[in-house]
Amino acid sequence: METATLSHLQHQAAMIRLGILDGTHAASSGHPGGSLSIADILSYLYFAEMRVDPANPAWEDRDRLVLSKGHAAPALYAALACRGYFPFEDLKTLRRVDSCLQGHPDMKHIPGVDMSSGSLGQGISAACGMALAAKLAGKDYRVYTIVGDGESEEGQVWEALMFAARYDLDNLCVIFDWNGLQIDGPIDQIVNPAPYDKKLEGFGFHVINMDAHDFGQIENAFSEAKTVKGRPTAVIAKSIKGKGVSYMENQVKWHGSAPNDELYAKAVEEIKAQL
Amino acid sequence: MGYIDTLKLGDKVATREAYGKALCELGETEDFVVLDADLAEATKTCYFKKAFPDRFFDCGIAEGNMIGVAAGLAAAGRRVFASSFAMFAAGRAFEQIRNSVAYPRLNVNVCATHAGITVGEDGATHQCLEDLALMRTLPGMTVINPSDAVEGALALKAVLELDTPCYVRYGRYAVPVIHDPATYKFELGKADPVREGSDATIIATGIMVAMAMEAAEKLAAEGISVRVLNMHTIKPLDVAAVEAAARETGAIVTAEEHNIIGGLGSAVAEAVGETCPVPVLRVGVADEFGRSGKVPPLLELYGLTAEKIIEKVKDSITLK
Repeated sequence: METATLSHLQHQAAMIRLGILDGTHAASSGHPGGSLSIADILSYLYFAEMRVDPANPAWEDRDRLVLSKGHAAPALYAALACRGYFPFEDLKTLRRVDSCLQGHPDMKHIPGVDMSSGSLGQGISAACGMALAAKLAGKDYRVYTIVGDGESEEGQVWEALMFAARYDLDNLCVIFDWNGLQIDGPIDQIVNPAPYDKKLEGFGFHVINMDAHDFGQIENAFSEAKTVKGRPTAVIAKSIKGKGVSYMENQVKWHGSAPNDELYAKAVEEIKAQL
Repeated sequence: MGYIDTLKLGDKVATREAYGKALCELGETEDFVVLDADLAEATKTCYFKKAFPDRFFDCGIAEGNMIGVAAGLAAAGRRVFASSFAMFAAGRAFEQIRNSVAYPRLNVNVCATHAGITVGEDGATHQCLEDLALMRTLPGMTVINPSDAVEGALALKAVLELDTPCYVRYGRYAVPVIHDPATYKFELGKADPVREGSDATIIATGIMVAMAMEAAEKLAAEGISVRVLNMHTIKPLDVAAVEAAARETGAIVTAEEHNIIGGLGSAVAEAVGETCPVPVLRVGVADEFGRSGKVPPLLELYGLTAEKIIEKVKDSITLK
């Protein structure tokens, strides 16, 4: 990856992280941990990978992203704001009663949101439907969906994976955000869905492992995914929950709680140091 | 000649058959996709599957995913029908219908078959008596319960023209054709006035409409004049027709092949209570699960009969 590109993606990722903090701090609620873990992936998707046009969010031929782990909405909204779908300042209205920025993604009212999601396990199915629609229409757009590792405890995720493989949805890329923590604790102490790679291979996917915070690996993974024909691709993204904010990293308590004024200021300072 | 022109008054045809045939017929001129969950032979989407294999997708026994796939197709601009038994479409996949279809107001038509007690021998686990209640609580959802094959076919055409979520309820059991295909006009959201009357009104839906007609005939012989409304659209409910019935006849009996909680009876009682309070008595399954059996004894056992309607009409008149 060229230095300028890398620097641009890192900058956008830092801005997405700032947006996550702005939103959850202003709302005094929300899910910063699992939002921060996908900030780099979203930076890459929206600034290097996906064919989108912020001036025409409903463009038929656009690539789509379904945030199946809908509670990471602050990250998606921040990425959309950074990409120009709406003003960055709007992120501070997250979860407010007069704002369109609902606690979980709402496709009807938020420019750039391709599918309403939030009830875990459902987004990946909708992504399959979109990928199938592209095939039926003979269109070449691609569909990306981000599934949480905890979310993959939902049976519907595996129903969708079987469907995607059965119908050869090679225009579908399922990203598993493997940050290792869910609300009740470390995922391997709850109902551990690992090993992902063997399961996903068994389900008929082309499987790619990557470090979710290494842009070189992210670039390689999504470039490889595009070359795979005849079957869908799964990207297992090993990530750090709370990535980028020292006191949030790998701490389960930051799954679903927002920073207070003091901790917000500390987090912003840390992120701004990356800009 | 279209499918409904092959139907004659009095023929016994299951509404699922009309669904399958009408779907296949519409598929010739309209571009839509059909999904099923390993029940194509039973839901009768098999006709469409055979005629248009490129637009039919079997999702396997995974109803939640099927509804999500339908939502994704709709979000990408495709019109879509998704079918399974009522129990697994409205029941198992309720939350997928709520969050992936109704909340984003996507153009998905959930066409469920094998609704109600007339599933017969398969018994309680497959006899969905709650679907109308579940579906009508969802904002923006259109809910239709056709009374015969003619209406079942016409309802399908009507929902295809809507671009919002719809639920259509079809049955497994062969029931008489009560609408003349040459003259019947199906108007979504408008009660079908089957019979005029002044002493009470029977508001029926689905297979109970035929029984309501029979009940009204017998009551007329006893000198009791009863209005009959076929309420094929449960939501949006034709409140004007319900209010007029309350005002003009002073007593109402509802009849549905559904739990008396939450379905047509509840919808009518809500509307009557808010517009023109009069007695509303409900014929339906009295908050029970079904059981295995042949359909006629099951209908008898659960009180889904013309006789039960007659008894309730008389009771309602005494309450006026």
